[in-house]
Amino acid sequence: MKFQMLQSRMVPMPQRNIDTDQIIPARFLKTISKEGLGDNLFCDWRYDAQGKPKADFILNQPRAAGAQVLLAGDNFGCGSSREHAPWALMQFGFRALISTSFADIFRANSLKNGLLPVIVPADVHAALFDAVASDRNVEVRIDLQNQTLTTPDGRTVEFPVDSFSKHCLLEGVDEIGYTLQHQAEIAAFEARRVGSVNTTA
Amino acid sequence: MTIIEKIWDSHVVYQQPGAPALLYIDLHLIHEVTSPQAFQGLRERGLKVRRPDLTVATTDHSIPTTDRSLPIVDEIAARQVAQLEANCREFDIPLYGIHSDRQGIVHVIGPELGLTQPGMTVVCGDSHTATHGAFGALAFGIGTSEIEHVLATQCLLQRKSKTLQVRVDGALKPGVSAKDIILALIARIGIGGGTGSIIEYTGNAIRALSMEERMTVCNMTIEGGARAGLVAPDDTTFQYLHGRPHAPKGAEWDAAVARWKQLVTDADATYGRTITIDAGALEPMITFGTNPGMGIPIGAPVPEPSQVSDPGEREALQQALTYMGLEGGKPLAGHPVNVVFIGSCTNSRISDLRTAARLLAGRKVNPKVRVLVVPGSQEVKRQAIAEGLPEIFRAAGAEWREPGCSMCIAMNGDSVAAGQYSLSTSNRNFEGRQGKGARTFLASPLTAAASAITGVVTDVRTLL
Ligand code: SF4
Repeated sequence: MKFQMLQSRMVPMPQRNIDTDQIIPARFLKTISKEGLGDNLFCDWRYDAQGKPKADFILNQPRAAGAQVLLAGDNFGCGSSREHAPWALMQFGFRALISTSFADIFRANSLKNGLLPVIVPADVHAALFDAVASDRNVEVRIDLQNQTLTTPDGRTVEFPVDSFSKHCLLEGVDEIGYTLQHQAEIAAFEARRVGSVNTTA
Repeated sequence: MTIIEKIWDSHVVYQQPGAPALLYIDLHLIHEVTSPQAFQGLRERGLKVRRPDLTVATTDHSIPTTDRSLPIVDEIAARQVAQLEANCREFDIPLYGIHSDRQGIVHVIGPELGLTQPGMTVVCGDSHTATHGAFGALAFGIGTSEIEHVLATQCLLQRKSKTLQVRVDGALKPGVSAKDIILALIARIGIGGGTGSIIEYTGNAIRALSMEERMTVCNMTIEGGARAGLVAPDDTTFQYLHGRPHAPKGAEWDAAVARWKQLVTDADATYGRTITIDAGALEPMITFGTNPGMGIPIGAPVPEPSQVSDPGEREALQQALTYMGLEGGKPLAGHPVNVVFIGSCTNSRISDLRTAARLLAGRKVNPKVRVLVVPGSQEVKRQAIAEGLPEIFRAAGAEWREPGCSMCIAMNGDSVAAGQYSLSTSNRNFEGRQGKGARTFLASPLTAAASAITGVVTDVRTLL
C-alpha cells in the first residue's frame, strides 16, 4: 500500500516496550484471513471482562476516532513476528507510528503494509507527548518524500527510512514483483549452491 | 570476517546499490498460525512455491495437547489446521501434521530432523527462529508478507544488521543453566538492547554447552531485541547432527564437515559491539515483570519503583508490578505459584525433561500446584517414554501431554487463569501471554521443577 503524506492528530500511548501480545493477543491469531483484527486491537487493555469498552482506555475515547498517528513509547512492537499486529493497527485506522525505536521484525512488517514507523529523537518524542497533553487536537504532518515530520509547533524534524522501503511506499512497489524480476540471478545462484537439504526426501 | 558476515556473503543472490540484498533462504519452516494469509497471497497472484523441497511445515501453536485421536474442539483452530493441510497439499510442501510421528514445535523438529545445518539461512514466521542459530546458521523470524516472499522466490530482501558479540566465559555453578545465561543477558541489555543487531555467542562457557543448551540460549535472542543469534559450529554440533534423518551421509558428510569447519569468526574480525558475561558469577535467574528483560537473580529483591530515577522506567516498573501483584523490595523466593509449565521451544527438549524428572523423581509436586509437562515433539516424547520419564512426572503429580506450544502462548486452551501465578520455562512473560490476566515468572527447568515441589518460587540449590 502506498504512503506519501499525512496530516493527523495523534493518539498517545506512552508505555514503553508495548509488545505484539498487547497489540493483538494470541487468541486472535487463529484466523486464516487478515480481516477483522481491528476490533481486537489492544483487546485486553481496551475491553473489560464483560467485553465492554473501558472508558479510560484511549482508543475508546472520541479523540482516537479518525486519528491516523499513534504516538508510542520506546521500543514499540517487541515480541512475536505476527503481522497481525500491523494489520490490526491499520484496520483501526492508523497509518503512521511515532516512537524513538521499533522492534526489528515489527518494523519490517509495518513497512510492508504501508504503516509507516517514524523514528524520532528522545527530545522530539517528549515534546510531542507534551504537545498532545496540552492540546489533544494538535496535528503532526508526515512527509515521506522529504522524510520529515512537522511538529505542532512548526518544527521540522528529519526521520530515517531506508531508500528502498521509501521507494516501495511512495510508488506502491510490490516487493515480490521486484524479486521476481531477478529470477535469472536466483536460478544462477541455485545452480552453484552446494550441500542443500531436501525436505521432501 | 565474522561468521555472521561469512554466511551473509555466501547467500547474497543479487544486490543493487542502495537496495537491500536479495538473500537466498536454505530452509523455510512453516506453521499454521502465520502462514494462511501468505498462501492466500500466492493464490491471488497465481504463483507457485518455488522450492517445496526447501520448505517444511508442522502444526504446533493452536493444537490441543490432549488425546490426538479426538477431533479438535475449537472450531477456529480446527479450520486453521485444516487450512495448513490443504495449503501443503496444494503446494506440495511436506507436512508433519497433527498425526505425524515427527510432529512437534517447529524449532524443536528442524534440528532433530537434521534439517537445520551450519552455514544455512533459516527463516520461519515465528520470532523464535533464532533457535536454529545454535547450529551456526543465520536464522531469523519473519512476518507473513515475508513468508509469501520466500514461498514465491526462496529469497528475502534484507539489510545487513550490526554485529554484537556476547562472550560468556567461565564455568556455571551447580543449579545454574543455559536458561540463566540468556535471562541474565536480557536483564542486562534490556528487551530492546539488541535491536538492529545479530548476536554471535562466544566464549568457553558457550563452547561447554550441549546443542540443546545452545538452542535455549539462541532461542531467546529475540527477547533481547536481536533478530538472530548464533554459535559457531564445532564438534558438539557435528556430533549432534551425525546420523540425523536429513544430515548428509557418507562422503557427503565428510565434505559437509570440512565446509562447516570454515564457519568461524576470523581472529582479526571485529564486531560492532561486545558484551562479556562471567558465567561463574551467574545465579539462577527469574523474571518478576511483564517483559523478559525484567529478570533478577533468584535471591535478589524485586526492584523498587521508588529507587528508579528515570520516570519512564519507573512507570513501566510500577505498571509491571501492579499487573503482577508484587511489591518492590522483596525477593520472589517463597512467593506462591499456581501453575508450573515445563515446555516450549525454549525448554521442552529431552535434556530439559530429564533435568526436571531427576528432581521430581521420588518426590511429589505440591498439591496446590498444577504442573504441566509438554514435550517439544513426538521424537522427544518417544525418547522420554523410553527413559520412563512420563511415569516419573505422573507419579509426582504432574500432567504429561502431547507435543505442542501449549501454555507458552495459550492459543490451544492450555492457559493460566486470570490473577494466577505461573512459573514457566517458556520465553515470554508479557501481560496475558499465558492467558488473559495470567502472571508469568520465567525461569529454568530446574527452578520450575523445584518450585513445583514446594509450591513456591524456590532456589533449586536448596533441594540439590
Ligand atoms: S513454543 Fe511458544 S515461543 Fe515457541 S514457537 Fe511455540 S508459541 Fe512460539
